[in-house]
Amino acid sequence: MCGHNRFPLAARNISALAKACLTVQKNARARTPAENELTIKGKAYIAGIYEHPTRHAPDKSTAQLHAEVAKGAIEDAGLTKDDIDGYFCAGDAPGGLWPMVDYLGLNTKKLRHVDSTETGGCSYLIHLGHAAEAIAAGKCSIALVTLAGKPRTGAMPPRAAGAELDFESAYGATTHNAYGMCAMRHMHDYGTTSEQLAWIKVAASHHAQYNPHAMLKEVVTVEDVLNSPMIADPLHRMDCCVVTDGGGAMIVTTEEIARSLKKPLVRLIGHGEAMKGPRGGKDLDLTYSAGVWSGPRAFEEAGVTPKDIKYASIYDSFTITVLMQLEDLGFCKKGEGGKFVADGNLISGFGKLPFNTDGGGLCSNHPVNRGGMTKILEAVRQLRGEAHPKVQVPNCDLAIAHGTGGLLGVRHAASTCILERV
Amino acid sequence: MAEVKYNAPVTNPESAPFWEAARRGKFLIKRCTACGEPHYFPRSICPFCFSDKTEWEEASGEATVYTYSIMRKSPTGPYAIAYVTLKEGPSLQTNIVDCDLDKIRIGQKVKVVWKPTDGAPLPFFTAV
Repeated sequence: MCGHNRFPLAARNISALAKACLTVQKNARARTPAENELTIKGKAYIAGIYEHPTRHAPDKSTAQLHAEVAKGAIEDAGLTKDDIDGYFCAGDAPGGLWPMVDYLGLNTKKLRHVDSTETGGCSYLIHLGHAAEAIAAGKCSIALVTLAGKPRTGAMPPRAAGAELDFESAYGATTHNAYGMCAMRHMHDYGTTSEQLAWIKVAASHHAQYNPHAMLKEVVTVEDVLNSPMIADPLHRMDCCVVTDGGGAMIVTTEEIARSLKKPLVRLIGHGEAMKGPRGGKDLDLTYSAGVWSGPRAFEEAGVTPKDIKYASIYDSFTITVLMQLEDLGFCKKGEGGKFVADGNLISGFGKLPFNTDGGGLCSNHPVNRGGMTKILEAVRQLRGEAHPKVQVPNCDLAIAHGTGGLLGVRHAASTCILERV
Repeated sequence: MAEVKYNAPVTNPESAPFWEAARRGKFLIKRCTACGEPHYFPRSICPFCFSDKTEWEEASGEATVYTYSIMRKSPTGPYAIAYVTLKEGPSLQTNIVDCDLDKIRIGQKVKVVWKPTDGAPLPFFTAV
């Protein structure tokens, strides 16, 4: 506006305009950059986290698991249930918002913001972004996000179909073969190999050996992965994540409240979300995910680049999921993910990009077939310095948590969160 | 998957012409006369330019395999899920059937075949 010179102005008016501009600039200097920007950068803190230690819970109800993880996260933050004024849950919460708010006994005189965004496994990464938006807008100050369920005890109900129902449901798309189709085309286009994919599982297993709660604690080799049974070509059993009962929860709050609590300060400085699907079948390309859009949005907001990241939580429903997302987020060029993940590059203390230091979904936990929450939780542990000493990244002050939900080879969402230790 | 019994399509007013044509062995796609783009599965409003000037068009049924995966763990035996790209342009999800699944390759030519249900038949693709 200050540079506007489309119309000639009298000297007196120019002077008045310049004065007005100076006033604006003076006011701008009085405010912090974050206050002047339409951004969630630095406005929300993760003050409480909890991951249920169970991996098999036939003796518990799903609602009960939600309550147990909520209790764990609230206590980790040093708060009480009645402090909660925002609640977020996704499709795994029995009955959705109304029954969960009632079952948990949240204080309905205080609860003033709810969100049940459902984007599969990345729902909780999107919830974190949405909680930050609500906190930045003053719509709530202490938000609880819960995830829990029991797919290991019994099959999960099928997803509701969309308009594609009659045109796709007969073909038997499952998580395995939908991701298998991505891997097959990635191999075709870029020469990616099963050995390279196997390195992702190998790295996860090196981390899982130190996690007492991990479902699979045994360190495996590339040969072990290649020798495991083929499930959906070209994905072997060890290319697939575990199926676990359990869950996790987090508390998202304001800077002021976070500073009044006792935990190390971890805040969200960038968030992105995106969706991708076949969209009428034009220019189909299964070698990239919606992370190509959510990633840059988050990095731009945070003002950092992939090179700055010290620790990465990357959604690992399958090994190919990790490889494609690392490319899409810009940790390497498209097509070079195979070389990037090989030879232990993802192993903490050894490689350049320590990832999923809890063992991830490939070895530790993939509760409710949804890995988004546990991605956030391990990133927060790393930023707090609370990861296992054998896998803790030294001076870890910047981390990424990224996930996808739905089927990478069909329709999916992606969400990227950049987290910083203050 | 010869023994698999497929559910009949539910159909709705928007998709009914596709399934009526399927009963006559014709494989239809939609084309937008405003932007010229074909698409699949069929919508009344073009997913590219959002025009309502979409028309049914009979496709050749010829396609090439874009990608595939053989599902090895299935109670009804192995099956091949795939995306094939129609000669007319759009890619779609399907199964490759009635051929040696281990010989399926990306780029391979395939053609539409129909499998019966209690209602309209469903389109699948097989090696040429």
